[in-house]
Amino acid sequence: MAEVIIQDATKSYGNTQVIHGLNCTIDHGEFAVIVGPSGCGKSTLLRMIAGLERVTGGTISIGGEVMNEREPKDRNIAMVFQNYALYPHMTVRANMSYGLRIAKLPKPEIERRVQEAARILQLADFLDRRPGQLSGGQRQRVAMGRAIVRDPAVFLFDEPLSNLDAKLRVQMRIEIRRLHNSLDTTSVYVTHDQVEAMTLADRLIVMNGGNAEQIGTPLEVYEHPATTFVAGFIGSPPMNFVTGQVGNGGTSVTLHDGLQVAVSDDTLAAMAGQTVTLGVRPEHLQLAASPEGAMPMTVDLVEALGADILAYGQVGQEQVIARLPHDAAVKIGDRIHLSFAASQVHLFDATSGARLSP
Amino acid sequence: MDRRVTFNHRFLPYFLLAPQVAVTLVFFVWPAGQALFQSTLIEDPFGLSSEFVFLDNFAFVLSDPLYVDSIIVTAIFSVSVAAVALLVALFLAAKADSVISGKLIYRTLLVWPYAVAPAIAGVLFLFMFSPRVGVLSSALTALGVDWNYLLNGNQAMMLVIGASAWKQISYNFLFFLAGMQAMPRSLLEAAAIDGAGPTRRFWTITFPLLMPITFFLLVINMIFAFFETFGVIEAVTQGGPAGATNILVYKVFRDGFVGLDFGSSAAQSVILMAIVISLTVLQFRYVEKKVTY
Amino acid sequence: MVENNRLLVIFSHTILILSVIVLAFPIYVVFVASTLTLPEVLQTPMTLLPGRQLIDNYVTALTEGAGASSTAVWRLLLNTLIMALGISLGKIAISIISAYAIVFFRFPLRMFFFWLIFVTLMLPVEVRIVPTFEIAAALNLLNSYPGLILPLIASATATFFFRQFFMTIPDELIEAARVDGAGPIRFFFDMVLPLSKTNIAALFVILFIFGWNQFLWPLLITTDPAFDTIIIALNRLLRAVDDQVDWPLVMATTMMAMIVPILVVVLMQKWFVKGLIEHEK
Repeated sequence: MAEVIIQDATKSYGNTQVIHGLNCTIDHGEFAVIVGPSGCGKSTLLRMIAGLERVTGGTISIGGEVMNEREPKDRNIAMVFQNYALYPHMTVRANMSYGLRIAKLPKPEIERRVQEAARILQLADFLDRRPGQLSGGQRQRVAMGRAIVRDPAVFLFDEPLSNLDAKLRVQMRIEIRRLHNSLDTTSVYVTHDQVEAMTLADRLIVMNGGNAEQIGTPLEVYEHPATTFVAGFIGSPPMNFVTGQVGNGGTSVTLHDGLQVAVSDDTLAAMAGQTVTLGVRPEHLQLAASPEGAMPMTVDLVEALGADILAYGQVGQEQVIARLPHDAAVKIGDRIHLSFAASQVHLFDATSGARLSP
Repeated sequence: MDRRVTFNHRFLPYFLLAPQVAVTLVFFVWPAGQALFQSTLIEDPFGLSSEFVFLDNFAFVLSDPLYVDSIIVTAIFSVSVAAVALLVALFLAAKADSVISGKLIYRTLLVWPYAVAPAIAGVLFLFMFSPRVGVLSSALTALGVDWNYLLNGNQAMMLVIGASAWKQISYNFLFFLAGMQAMPRSLLEAAAIDGAGPTRRFWTITFPLLMPITFFLLVINMIFAFFETFGVIEAVTQGGPAGATNILVYKVFRDGFVGLDFGSSAAQSVILMAIVISLTVLQFRYVEKKVTY
Repeated sequence: MVENNRLLVIFSHTILILSVIVLAFPIYVVFVASTLTLPEVLQTPMTLLPGRQLIDNYVTALTEGAGASSTAVWRLLLNTLIMALGISLGKIAISIISAYAIVFFRFPLRMFFFWLIFVTLMLPVEVRIVPTFEIAAALNLLNSYPGLILPLIASATATFFFRQFFMTIPDELIEAARVDGAGPIRFFFDMVLPLSKTNIAALFVILFIFGWNQFLWPLLITTDPAFDTIIIALNRLLRAVDDQVDWPLVMATTMMAMIVPILVVVLMQKWFVKGLIEHEK
């Protein structure tokens, strides 16, 4: 059993702290995805789990043992790197077996494992080639094969698909998830691509500025984003935000142009008169039947995506995007009215960005 | 300049550096320190006692008319070698770059003199121009030139310049050709569309873009002419006739090893050291953009 | 390129062919002299057509030497080869490991060592002739192979050359090797050395020629002709009184002194060009 437990983990380079005390438990067999913008510390966290970066404070344990002082090779992990990091002068077979040869496994056992991995990854015909003679997708498979042959308790992936073209990325994403399901191991996967994150994860760790902003299932994170950052990062196009004042009794929010939005949130009762951020996802906006109580917007750009269209415009100072049905008759310059259900509104503290809605 | 990812090991890096550092300390730093030290001493001819004289050796060396002559000789020699070797190489590289077929063959045929030792280059020229047996000296005599470099200082100088430049041309040629081939074709094509002919293109586009390489080669050629031509001088003229080709490096060697005047030789070494250091600094100024140390 | 001016092309080829001939002429003259008898060489003007003594002259030079009491050329070639290989391989060995230490480790005094190695660039043999000789004498290195080789094997440029290349090895490769359990020594032998193959070959060509062509240092520390390199021996031969120089044999010796480095440059041209251009920068 190999659950990964991160307790109060911090990482500093000199005086600069880049991970500020992070806590997280990844259960055995779980597929955890660490997602966040570049520079948020997600790769650093993964590399701390791998043992490629020293942990400054706190502990990281795998399978119940604290790993802080262990070398990467002694952590029972395997890692797939962003640029694959294949040894260019070695054949595919030698690449995959290198770690096993260092660990002095018996030759027949090494050969058995390499053959098995090659079968799973459909690399059997390429075992004697060098990485330079392979396509991007094949190199990616070799990098995974090198991880599989180690038979590790935890797989670590560092943005493994970012060098592939869009189509191959989707295909490899599915393969990675299938592989995980069939191998009964724990996986930790780092990406900046929120689509990858949503589709792969059992558990999502959304990071920002060295902190875990939210940890939960993809659906939890999507439906109940803990902060404006998470709300803006997960979902595409991102959630729309507008600011407004909480009305008397906390049953409505008044936007800057006087529009009143009804909210079904009794926690607001005590906040009358305060400024809040109101968030609605583009897919939860619709064309209103009547202008009454709806949000007026002048369309300045329309993107037709086929299945639906994206209408861009200004509401007050803020840019708002609405995802509308493909047959919605909306042109640039139109003044449209948008409505949304009170239950689809997310309210956040205007200064801290923390979620106010339950 | 630093890698992000490194290994941790307490002793291994020192162990790996040890051989290079040992050789450097024993054969480079220590002797250079000795040269500095000796340059402030006067030793009696039997080496029994020495006296600290501060900068007297330098004053003596720099006021010695023979040394001043040697400086002038060195300046004429190195500027001529660098100029001849650079100009010929630039011309040949431009020609080789302009032909479409046979570029590599010409490179092969022009590059091999690099492999010839300066001392051997000296032997080749000595043999061609020897007043007694030389093929070209008899040709010169037949043309009415009174050729005898063993007596005529100017002729001796021309001979050592020729031998040194001959050897250095291929080196410069390689760099110029590589520079020209690395030049974006589109630039020259744009100039051609603008109506510039081949000669004009060379001087307005190719040559200015080659300036960094030219400067780099100039420094390298000066270093070559200052130090590595020792073999040419020793083989052909031994500094003669009457000091006409007595370049600084050769004089250090003669004064130290033949004249056994250690104080003066050491002072001359220190002056040479200052010259190399300034040339090296100049050279690294140029590559600074590429490499930051 | 753009224009297809026939005259211009013919002109360029003519110039190039003429230059090739002019550049090669000194060697041709020496070659011709090495195939003649002494009286034929001394005739004025000397013929420019090869004679019939080619094999005789070379065999005599190889087995007996080219002058009174001189060392046989085979021995000189052997000495020179040992020195050239010693210098080139020695430089490569100590430079690659010191570059490895400087690039792949962090340790106290790292920059101090870096600058110490850099300093060697500014101290060619020529500027420290006498004291270096004294040290070699004190260490009993006169008239020995180590004496010919050791003082020349420190190399800042070779170290920088490897350093430049090592900087291009991706970080992830090191990390992958660490995950696979390779420590620094294994990484050196399994990754760095095989990946450096072409760089080593390129450097070898340059350094072999550098070693083969050494002149001043061997001149200083060999007094016993048995340890002469071929270039030093040639220099001694030319010191003989003019009348006693056996020109055909001396020229045969000259040819043999040149042929090895020329062959190395021409046959390994690809590596030579790469090494030269990257090594010097």
